[in-house]
Amino acid sequence: MITPNPTFQIALLILLAPFFGALIAGLDRKITARMQGRIGPPVLQPFYDVMKLLRKEPIVVNRIQVVYAFLHLAFMALSLILLVLGQDSLMFLFVFAFSTLALVLGGMCVRSPYSRIGSQREIMLMVAYEPVLIVLMIGMYLVNGSFLLASPIAAARPMLFTLPLIFIAVLVVLAIKLQKSPFDLATSHHAHQEIIKGLTIEYAGPYLAILEIAHFYEIALLFYLIMLFWASSLLIGALLACAAFFLMIIADNVFARLTSIWTFRFMWTGALILSLTNILWLYL
Amino acid sequence: MPAMSTFKKSPWVVHFNCNSCNGCDIEFLACLTPVYDLERFGILHVGNPKHADVLLVTGSVNHRNARVLRNVYDQMPAPKVVVACGVCAATGGIFADGYNVLGGIDKVVPVDVFVPGCPARPEAMIDGIIRAAEILESRNTAAITSVSCRKPLHRCTPVPDSPKPV
Ligand code: SF4
Repeated sequence: MITPNPTFQIALLILLAPFFGALIAGLDRKITARMQGRIGPPVLQPFYDVMKLLRKEPIVVNRIQVVYAFLHLAFMALSLILLVLGQDSLMFLFVFAFSTLALVLGGMCVRSPYSRIGSQREIMLMVAYEPVLIVLMIGMYLVNGSFLLASPIAAARPMLFTLPLIFIAVLVVLAIKLQKSPFDLATSHHAHQEIIKGLTIEYAGPYLAILEIAHFYEIALLFYLIMLFWASSLLIGALLACAAFFLMIIADNVFARLTSIWTFRFMWTGALILSLTNILWLYL
Repeated sequence: MPAMSTFKKSPWVVHFNCNSCNGCDIEFLACLTPVYDLERFGILHVGNPKHADVLLVTGSVNHRNARVLRNVYDQMPAPKVVVACGVCAATGGIFADGYNVLGGIDKVVPVDVFVPGCPARPEAMIDGIIRAAEILESRNTAAITSVSCRKPLHRCTPVPDSPKPV
């Protein structure tokens, strides 16, 4: 087997990941529409949206906002690279968290109250889901004996069997990160009028496109993160991730929205206890 | 940027109720239901003028809301188009003789497509939005190069504020 050149791998990732993410987003919109009895947009709709946004007039409220949008994109791409190249998992978590933080700061640096409410909710969500991700990394370490994200690939048994409860908790994190109901508090794919689309309110034209592209990277990243639970086989991993994403679409169409405090309570009781139980179980 | 027909494929609409009787608004909301499904054309109903390409206005303009309508229009990034829905938005309709009514929305913003009807039918509205998207495509986007820093609240054009003689 030839080991691929990392530079080549990184270039390929940066180029292809947004296309992959956009495709998933397009399928998501189509399936959602079908579930609601609508015809739905073409599968390539996210591409058209981003192309259009890039051609619009760039309007900024202040220039710092633009810096944060770019930081969000850059750190999201970087965390994807760290994840796929199998780097240190804690480093990955920090970079991933900073990417979201850049989004929050971008929403905070304008005077719009809607944007600030969106940012505050995003912070609440971060506080809610970060512990689960940290427990996931600890679980990975206990199972594989290494904090490297490459270690699950080398492992003999798929992590789904050793970390099943953490997997369930990570599914909830997936719902939060994909902005799915009942956790789409900060910004949502459907309710464009509610709280005026949260923290993206002051972004227009190409800068909104940057946030969209960052979200495509994020989708690719989450897809890969789920794949890690069955890392020994690429195909089964991909199927697992597809099933998880499909579950998210169903949940999105079934549930109403939780308030931010309920989300917080749910994550710090239900999801966190689930994942800690899994850690205890590993010790037994 | 190569000239692709992306504007035509994803017109995002912001809907502004400008002194309407709500008839046209209800018909517009019907467009979002599974029966008409605006999204199959890539049309999204956004709540924020900064994200929008098409401004869909229902109802006539009066002294109070002329400034607001202009403000919403000014906040939209170019290129943008305006669709006037219903006869009220076109001429003032049955409210045209009201003491406070200035007339159709073309008194305040440049209108590209007029959708007739009282209320306009959802099919007609969808048709109007798609026509508007075609106009959007033909607008010259080459001129947009520099970043504009806008203070929308202070930029709106003043509208004559004197009441009509009763
Ligand atoms: S055109 Fe008719 S339905 Fe529409 S706002 Fe005017 S009066 Fe109401």
